[in-house]
Amino acid sequence: MSDANRSRHGSSIGQPVTRRDGMQKVTGQARFAADNNPAGLLYAALATSKIALGRVAFLDVAAARAHPGVVEVMVQENRPALAQHPDDKSVPFSFKMDLLQDDRVRYAGQPIAVVIAETLEAATEGAALLAPRYEAEPVEVTLDAAGAYVPETVGVGAPAEMRHGDVEAGLGSAAFRIEATYETPLQFHNAMEPHAVVAAWDGDALSLDMPTQGLALTQMRLASLFGIRMQDIHIRTPFIGGGFGSKLLSGPQVLGILAARLVGRPVKLVLTRAQMYGPVSHRSPTRQTLRMGAAADGGLTAIHHHLRTATSRFDDFLEPSGGVSHSLYAAPAIATTTEAVRLDTGTPGFMRAPGEASGSIALESAMDEMAAACGMDPLEFRLRNYAEVEPVSGKPFSSKALRECYTEGAARFGWAGRPLEPRQMRDEDGMLVGWGLGTATFPAMMFQGEARAVLRRDGTGVMESGTHEMGQGAWTAFAQIAADSLGLSLDQLEFRAGNSDLPNAGIAGGSAHTATAGSAIHSAGGQAIERLTELAVADPRSPLFGAGNVGVVARDGRLVRRDDDSRSESYSDILGRAGLDMVEGRGSAAADPAVAERYAMHAHGAVFAEVKVDPDLGQIRVTRLVGAFAAGRIINPRLVRSQYYGGMIWGLSFALQERAAIDPRTGRVMNADLAEYHVPVNADVPSVEAILVAEEDPYVNALGVKGVGEIGITGTAGAIANAVWHATGVRVRHFPIALEDITGALEA
Amino acid sequence: MNRFDYVRPRTVAEAVAAAAVPGSAYLAGGTNLLDLMKIGVARPDRLIDLNYLPGLDVIETLPDGAVRIGTQVRNADLAHDRDFRERFPAVAEALLSGASAQLRNAATVGGNLLQRTRCAYFQDTASACNRRSPGSGCDALGGENRLHAVLGWSEHCIATHPSDFCVPLVALGAVVEIEGPQGRREISLSDFHLLPGTTPERESVLTPGELIVALRLPADAAGFAAHARYVKLRERTSYAFAVVSAAAALRMEGGRIVEARLALGGVAAKPWRAEAAEAALAGCLPDADAFRRAADVALEAARASGDNAFKIGLARRIAIRALTLAAAGTPERTPALPASPFAPITGGLHV
Ligand SMILES: Cc1cc2nc3c(=O)[nH]c(=O)nc-3n(C[C@H](O)[C@H](O)[C@H](O)COP(=O)(O)OP(=O)(O)OC[C@H]3O[C@@H](n4cnc5c(N)ncnc54)[C@H](O)[C@@H]3O)c2cc1C
Ligand code: SF4
Repeated sequence: MSDANRSRHGSSIGQPVTRRDGMQKVTGQARFAADNNPAGLLYAALATSKIALGRVAFLDVAAARAHPGVVEVMVQENRPALAQHPDDKSVPFSFKMDLLQDDRVRYAGQPIAVVIAETLEAATEGAALLAPRYEAEPVEVTLDAAGAYVPETVGVGAPAEMRHGDVEAGLGSAAFRIEATYETPLQFHNAMEPHAVVAAWDGDALSLDMPTQGLALTQMRLASLFGIRMQDIHIRTPFIGGGFGSKLLSGPQVLGILAARLVGRPVKLVLTRAQMYGPVSHRSPTRQTLRMGAAADGGLTAIHHHLRTATSRFDDFLEPSGGVSHSLYAAPAIATTTEAVRLDTGTPGFMRAPGEASGSIALESAMDEMAAACGMDPLEFRLRNYAEVEPVSGKPFSSKALRECYTEGAARFGWAGRPLEPRQMRDEDGMLVGWGLGTATFPAMMFQGEARAVLRRDGTGVMESGTHEMGQGAWTAFAQIAADSLGLSLDQLEFRAGNSDLPNAGIAGGSAHTATAGSAIHSAGGQAIERLTELAVADPRSPLFGAGNVGVVARDGRLVRRDDDSRSESYSDILGRAGLDMVEGRGSAAADPAVAERYAMHAHGAVFAEVKVDPDLGQIRVTRLVGAFAAGRIINPRLVRSQYYGGMIWGLSFALQERAAIDPRTGRVMNADLAEYHVPVNADVPSVEAILVAEEDPYVNALGVKGVGEIGITGTAGAIANAVWHATGVRVRHFPIALEDITGALEA
Repeated sequence: MNRFDYVRPRTVAEAVAAAAVPGSAYLAGGTNLLDLMKIGVARPDRLIDLNYLPGLDVIETLPDGAVRIGTQVRNADLAHDRDFRERFPAVAEALLSGASAQLRNAATVGGNLLQRTRCAYFQDTASACNRRSPGSGCDALGGENRLHAVLGWSEHCIATHPSDFCVPLVALGAVVEIEGPQGRREISLSDFHLLPGTTPERESVLTPGELIVALRLPADAAGFAAHARYVKLRERTSYAFAVVSAAAALRMEGGRIVEARLALGGVAAKPWRAEAAEAALAGCLPDADAFRRAADVALEAARASGDNAFKIGLARRIAIRALTLAAAGTPERTPALPASPFAPITGGLHV
């Protein structure tokens, strides 16, 4: 890092700048993939399987073809050839796809044909007219399925088993012990924008409007599938209507591209809401057994976190729920173990905080039960077991302001004076009131990313990086980082993003997009400034001539001598005199293995929840949520707060609402729409607050930022479950908590 | 969605004539019918649009004091009509507890009465469902049936009628006015919906082509205005169908219940008026004992049709709650969270 770069103090970073795309979004001007209508466009509709296992015996293709407006029906026989098998997973983060490669059905909702028509209505009716007949086989779709096995890995290559210390000895020596099993449900992706694609071929060149969280990876997989060159694939993804881990490249999108190839015209394919419950991944159910022991003084002696979860019959992704137990609480003995079953469902995958969300609700519930067993306040108990170093690895944390999160959150919430025993508080209307706490945690990760910066003779700058605006405000935050890196104000900067022709910004996932692409942008800007500095300090005509040794800083479109504010020169003057139209800088970023070797890197938080419960009817309402989070440097507090709100609301959903009702007889999801698959509405979230706790991290990356996108779910769901217990005295261990769980227990 | 003809009649007579053609369906707000057409559950050949018929969107007070509501009056307009709300507060509260603001702006009186069940198997054309496809069976039995009926069901169908609006209406003795090929007739709302028996496909007494033109609340129904509530249990605070709900209305004199009305929602294939419970309350003091006895009577015949035994206890509790709240008096304003147990929470702004 150059001196010039290091010493600049930012003017945009840290400001609560409003979203640059806000006006476009609220006025309907933001153009999402499905809003594109190129000339000659046709519409494609998927036909999906109603059975979960077996084969398609018959499709009435003739009836569909005969329907007015239908142009073509794509089935196994006429599906254009692929250069790579859809099961090939050589591209990172890939899953097997169902691209009409055979007549087998392996889950309900699997695409079995595509109808292409002049109108969406004709395509949809054409798909209905296919009236498939099946040969169905018996299915298994719940965690009770037979054939449990012990996998080697969970998540993306994480070990499925971890043992640190002697858990049995720890439990044996404990003064207090708990053992409890928690169940989390099958959940489906329901981003506002369903998966969509508008595809147009020109020879072997492919033009796509398509939401994706990973432009380069998507390009790479499409290049392999179609046997074409990456640079011939142009993807525009200026706005993504929510991704949450489901929007890398999905099978249905590839089917849309195949359909365009088949008919030789541009094709639009948009999933219906119901079609999202199958081929675009989901969060699998989990059953987690926690065994914990604590000494008489409340110090944990052991944690055993055992996970049973599921993947599909044909591919692998296991929700890594045990991971949270590795890093959060100091215990001399910690073990996580896993068993899994294979189900006749689509393949699970990344869903916001995959593993952390489901694991956290179990761990935080167990911590609450353990605190109660020890007769301690849940906050005091967590502080008693505060991890000063990462328990399993013994590494110091690169930074950890969790203690401050507890303190600031508790103060804001008014935690002090909380009665230890449950069912002690009532409001003026006689509602039971309960307070609960959960610790939030999410690892700070980095992928690889690149950026390109340009300073132009007119004094403006350009930053290019193929980043992804998923609704989280990336476009704004990256522009802020870019402006600072180039010493420009936001309005002097053009930020180009959301396009595969730009430098590869890595994926928007793992809460690592800002860290990754932001660091690349920061370094690209730094390099452009360095180039400019070289021009200036070597030029005897510049007021900065000879400043090389003491260095300069970039500020407001000028280079300024560090030791003398009065000596400065504008970018335009420097470039003009050098006879250049521009200077360019390139930057890249990636995780530094040496740092990872030395430090444990996580964001943390503490979430406090108040619930009210109707004592007779069991209806629960979360009346207050206060989260305090420490995630390194905050680029834009307004956007970050929104990320926390969104995560916390999802946590509420996790604790109280979300559940896919899958019929074990057929494997079909019986509530595949937003009327019946419940997520919170405004009335469910009367008050949510997020506190940004200061944290400086000199190690994680050049910017010192950790991720904020996923952590909000963790902690929150457990805090709510714990508050429900505190209100009612009823400990519900399966989620979402339902009315009858409360009234049933109160009656009993 | 299948292709269909679209007919826009100019008079009620034209509408009824148009609907005489088999395969016709009336289109009101479309919030239920169009959804069902999109998922292939309803496949009408002809839609007869009621939205341009004159005179069907009027709320009027008749000379005898009854209130007549045209079938095309939107749920939102009715709920926010000041006179109506003052005379029938529980009906307004029920309306505002249903669906979302956008849906209520579109949904009509007739459409609400005739909305179809939310049974997932009814909505899934690959499932067996006697109601959708007579004789095919009932996949809700032994399936996802947590929210199914506990009263009046048969082995042929265990579905519930989902309307909130209908619950206080049936308690208050509403009457449905019908125009059909055979002329005009009217029927009490409590006799309008049919229990499944062996013919669950017959959901109401309407015969093909018959049109609901209006709904009437008799003059005496306003006599309950001071003590009328609707309470609805649901899986989130708003925008969810009832798990169970209850409408209670009391006419009080000298601290005693002179006349009581009680109906339950979400428990049967029709809005369930609990007449025996009403009778049990007449002349009683409005106390917890009386309410508990009445609720027991109301649920006497209840039995689980699947994983829903909990609904029986909940229905009993919600009946008690509705009666308790009604006895306490109708609030001056419709609560910010209509029909919610959390209605008293101050500062709640959302509906
Ligand atoms: C997401 C969602 C949530 C909902 N939540 C709730 C809720 O919480 N509580 C609740 O009560 N309801 C709820 N509803 C249902 C809603 O109230 C109904 O969809 C609405 O009342 C139907 O009215 P409509 O005018 O749109 O009827 P349409 O959809 O137009 O018609 C419905 C049926 O009635 C027939 N019909 C309509 N008018 C007449 C007439 N005059 N004569 C004869 N037949 C007629 C139609 O042919 C059709 O069969 C919800 C709906 C949705 C989509
Ligand atoms: S309960 Fe009734 S509506 Fe549901 S599947 Fe059975 S018959 Fe059909």
